Amino acid sequence: MTETGSARPRRRNWGRLILGAYCGIVLMFLMLPIVVVFPLSFSSASYLQFPPPGFSLQWYEEYFNTPSWIKATIVSLQVGVGTTILATILGTMVAFSLVRGRYPGKAWVDRLVAAPIVVPNIIIAVAIYGLFADLHLIGSWYGVMIGHTVYAIPFVVLVVSAALRNFDVSQEHAAMGLGASRLRAVFMVTFPQIKPAIISGAFLAFITSFDELIIALFLSGSNMTLPKKMFENIISEIDPTISAVSVLQIVLVGAVLFLSQRLGAGVSPLKS
Amino acid sequence: MNAVLSCFRRTGALREHAGPVALSLPTVIFLLILFAVPVVQLMLLSVQSGSFEHYEKAFTDELYVTVLLNTFEIALFVTVISFLLAYPLAYFLTVATPMWRAVGMFCLLMPFWTSILVRTYAWMVILGRRGIINETLLSLGIIDAPMSLLYNTPAVLVGMVHVLMPYMVFPLYAVMRRVDPNLMQAAFGLGAPSWRAFVRVYFPMTMPGVLAGASLVFILSMGFFITPVLLGGGRVTMIAVLIEQFVTEFLAWEFAGALSMALLTFTLLVYGAFKWLMKSERNLA
Repeated sequence: MTETGSARPRRRNWGRLILGAYCGIVLMFLMLPIVVVFPLSFSSASYLQFPPPGFSLQWYEEYFNTPSWIKATIVSLQVGVGTTILATILGTMVAFSLVRGRYPGKAWVDRLVAAPIVVPNIIIAVAIYGLFADLHLIGSWYGVMIGHTVYAIPFVVLVVSAALRNFDVSQEHAAMGLGASRLRAVFMVTFPQIKPAIISGAFLAFITSFDELIIALFLSGSNMTLPKKMFENIISEIDPTISAVSVLQIVLVGAVLFLSQRLGAGVSPLKS
Repeated sequence: MNAVLSCFRRTGALREHAGPVALSLPTVIFLLILFAVPVVQLMLLSVQSGSFEHYEKAFTDELYVTVLLNTFEIALFVTVISFLLAYPLAYFLTVATPMWRAVGMFCLLMPFWTSILVRTYAWMVILGRRGIINETLLSLGIIDAPMSLLYNTPAVLVGMVHVLMPYMVFPLYAVMRRVDPNLMQAAFGLGAPSWRAFVRVYFPMTMPGVLAGASLVFILSMGFFITPVLLGGGRVTMIAVLIEQFVTEFLAWEFAGALSMALLTFTLLVYGAFKWLMKSERNLA
């Protein structure tokens, strides 16, 4: 910080110092919850105690040896993968339509697709709950998957349509000029180039689903997802197992983001 | 019908439209059946009885009016606090050396991608009666008895600001990166003191970011559920918590529909106001 500061007038160094200190505090505030969870998960105490008296893996053992935790994890993975596949296919198709097409009513399609981001989650959850209660879909993993797909579609559309807008269509036209059919041109020329964005959109859909609580709270019934199981545990008693689960969740999401960075275009909230 | 089709075919309009329309159809049908229609149905439940009794109840009964006002107040506080934390941070990220920018980004993105539930749980551990803050202060002898830091409005504010502040930083950072540093230099060159250059030159130029961040945080705050439930411990009720209670505990769908309608209307009003402000902002520039 001071390196760049020295190039500027001296009287502004104080300002930079205060700014740096203030932002340091803000960044510490942001990191505090993350920093706290890690040591707690390795605690040897039998209840929440900070700092932990010693190191132990007992809470991780507890997690892996409790069938209800494992079952919730499997349900969450199932729902997450299902949501990823469904939302990526539906989102990519509609992104193509919105970027390339020019047809009456397109503005409404655009609005409909973006709406699940603007409408509060609780309203989406209650509305789908009403529909699914009539259809006896509460408590099935695919019910939650459908709910999560509604919520995840806009994220996929955002990422994929941004990439499509940057793609030069004349490349596709060139392929068609050389005798390729439109479909072949899209699959051979366009897809390979927007593939990173589609992969990023897919990972984003997965994380959205894997972390989502409110829709799962209403739709998953006794077939709980991991966030719902955590939520119920936190409400009944603050049990250190949750710290271990939290760390595992942070690690998994971190791995997904890392993969998305390596395989896809990355999912940066700064781009949109 | 056939005549219309052949007319389309002749002009080539159908061929031109058919592809994109067909591509959008599965998603449109999916979202209509599973999102738009259920949401509209929920809204319609509130007026099913043919009267506005549920709205009357929601907007006159003191209990519910308090919750609505509470929701607004919390959303407003969260927005203002987030702004106060986010603005300097976003500025810092634009002027910092690459190393410090990387550190800042890491500290911003790591919690951002961590589940809200995990972070809320961590705040419960930090703020609880036997939590980290209380235990530390007790062992240092600064306090004699644990303070109640959890299950009140400040706790909810801390948790919500933590979740929502990054949403304020991102648009601010995006705008600040595009501000031409020469403009500030010009203001200095013309003799403006730094605070004045900031108020008259820099801040107005970052206004689109402020508007985008503030409306995003405000909209998201109004619909918040997890943090008020866990950090408020039943003592801080926001509108989303009320909707959940009326559906799952009292099975009062019609009233829940009226509350949802109110929440959605406020959300869309803020969204509309933001769009309108951005438009006039652009017209000015």
